[in-house]
Amino acid sequence: MNKVLMQGNRVIGEAAIRAGCRFYAGYPITPQNELTEYMAEHLRKAEGGTFIQAESEIAAINMVLGASAAGARAMTSSSSPGISLKQEGISSLAADELPAVIVNIMRGGPGLGNILPSQGDYFQATRGGGHGDYRTIVLAPASVQELADLTMDAFALADQYRNPVMILADGMMGQMMEPLTFKKPKPRQYHECYTLKGAGEGRSKFIRALILDAIRMEEHNWKLFRKYQVITKKEIRHETFKTEDADLLIVAYGTAARIAKGAIKRARERGIKVGLIRPITLWPFPSEVIRKFSETIETFIVFEMNTGQMLEDVRLALNGAGCVHFYGRPGGVIPTPVELTKVIEQHAKKS
Amino acid sequence: MKGLIKIDFERCKECHLCIYACKKGHISPAKDYNSKGYRPVSFQEDGDCTGCALCAITCPEIAIEVYRE
Amino acid sequence: MQKSHEDVHQDTSPVMKKVFSKPKFLKENAFHYCAGCGHSIAHRLIAEVIEELDIRGRTIGVPPAGCAVIAYNYFDIDMLESPHGRGCAVATGIKRTLPDRIVFSYQGDGDLAAIGTAETFHAANRGENITVLFINNAVYGMTGGQMAPTTLLGQVSTTSPPGRDAVLDGYPIRMSEILAHLEGTKYIERCAVNTPANIMKARRAIKKAFQYQMADAGFTLIEILSHCPTNWKMSPIDACRWVDEVMVKTFPLGVIKDTKAEG
Repeated sequence: MNKVLMQGNRVIGEAAIRAGCRFYAGYPITPQNELTEYMAEHLRKAEGGTFIQAESEIAAINMVLGASAAGARAMTSSSSPGISLKQEGISSLAADELPAVIVNIMRGGPGLGNILPSQGDYFQATRGGGHGDYRTIVLAPASVQELADLTMDAFALADQYRNPVMILADGMMGQMMEPLTFKKPKPRQYHECYTLKGAGEGRSKFIRALILDAIRMEEHNWKLFRKYQVITKKEIRHETFKTEDADLLIVAYGTAARIAKGAIKRARERGIKVGLIRPITLWPFPSEVIRKFSETIETFIVFEMNTGQMLEDVRLALNGAGCVHFYGRPGGVIPTPVELTKVIEQHAKKS
Repeated sequence: MKGLIKIDFERCKECHLCIYACKKGHISPAKDYNSKGYRPVSFQEDGDCTGCALCAITCPEIAIEVYRE
Repeated sequence: MQKSHEDVHQDTSPVMKKVFSKPKFLKENAFHYCAGCGHSIAHRLIAEVIEELDIRGRTIGVPPAGCAVIAYNYFDIDMLESPHGRGCAVATGIKRTLPDRIVFSYQGDGDLAAIGTAETFHAANRGENITVLFINNAVYGMTGGQMAPTTLLGQVSTTSPPGRDAVLDGYPIRMSEILAHLEGTKYIERCAVNTPANIMKARRAIKKAFQYQMADAGFTLIEILSHCPTNWKMSPIDACRWVDEVMVKTFPLGVIKDTKAEG
């Protein structure tokens, strides 16, 4: 298998095309423009591929809705404020049980924010951020290799569960270049009965989210809920790093996890037994894995590039066990391994 | 040319657009209520309806079927 | 020989031929629309055209958010619900993925010209090969009669109680004329369904729009002035008269653009 050196944003595009993505609608927004431009150049060349630069983020997600219903593997991408605009569309995809992949290359926020990397959209990604009782599967890559792998997996998961899937990366992930290999994607398995291609000679179908009768709407909500229970049971992914003998655990994802690994190496050189648990699925969240660690580990440091969002999921998972601390740098600041090492040292002294 | 219409008693919503459309006055308001609470219009069978179908064309409920010789 | 009433009723088939009935591709469901509403007339015309052009099996429709949100209960074709106003974007996604299908959106004036203005404008500008049925009743119907982009000056609505005021509320928008300026649009006509004559003209316009799509001609739009007795607070007959006497002064009927006719 050939190793290539490629930029994160472009890798997402290439991985999507290899996975069979044949519809992309996007809009210019930093720091993910390279992804949109990559699709403009390469998706057009793929057979049956459609690239549209939409007039807005809202139009883009709605085009994805139409394309997905029509049977295409469809994707859109944006960054924080643009993802806010897409929320109604994502809620609709979940309600309609249509597959789609949404890529968020996070930037500083809230509001217009800035174009530097942050992790400020964790709540938005995992707690909706659209209306209604639904969940989005959220995958958090921490390397360019993972950008490729998880993008391909995202399409497979979206089809399998007929649900939107989000790739939650950040501006650093999107801009950096690392060597990687593209794995061979699995062929698509998606039943025609879920698509709208014209009734042909048979019965007509319709796909809709409006269910006026309350009892039937309730049934639909519980049906989605049961689906999410299955996903929670089967699709949790995480990585553990130097946890076997750890007294202290960092919980971090994405770029923060990369920084944490550097800090852990430094701290270990100073004799501190610190490890990392890195959620790869942010929803479903590896709650049980974290809770289990609390049987042997007392101190947890949640490390994020925000003011404390995944922190809440860690607290929920631990349910009062252990001692949870937080260290965060929001607004587009990229923390360094050195500063995190100092934080680890402070907490190691106390425990 | 002889024509005839049949009005679906349950579909008619008493909008009277058919009465407005029929230049010959073959349709008129009536008194019986259907299950929705509307009083469906009625057709005068002994008139000289030509089956022009203007009433059916204008009926929003597609409650009128038209027959022609 | 004088036929008795019994003869005619008992045996209409050899004596009388049925010349008008429900089109094939409308379901049996009774319409939920108000008495005297124009929506179901428009539905019937679209169903008749789909049957006549023999395209039912490859037609996909996109209903609006609005009174016609449950249009899929009536049309016996594949339909995909769209979030409010986004019908043209959803239709774009479908048509680009399945270019040989006939794709139409069916949208009200609030849906198409307020919240959906950008999607409508840009689908038209891209010349998406879709057909838009624009049902203009000059109000937001489903939500109870609020002012809409096409509400006439002086027209009373629940959010313009003293009547639409140009200074406070702006002017009614003639979307058909605006979209006609975009090179991507190929055929735009404004019709009404308030009289049998107008209904027949609307039917011809809808058929022509679908035929343009079948020939890959580009973006087509049929605006249908639709009487709304409930929200105009008139009887159905008065509402139909109001279309002719008042509404067409702001929204004149006729062909607004026809690139094939212009040659």
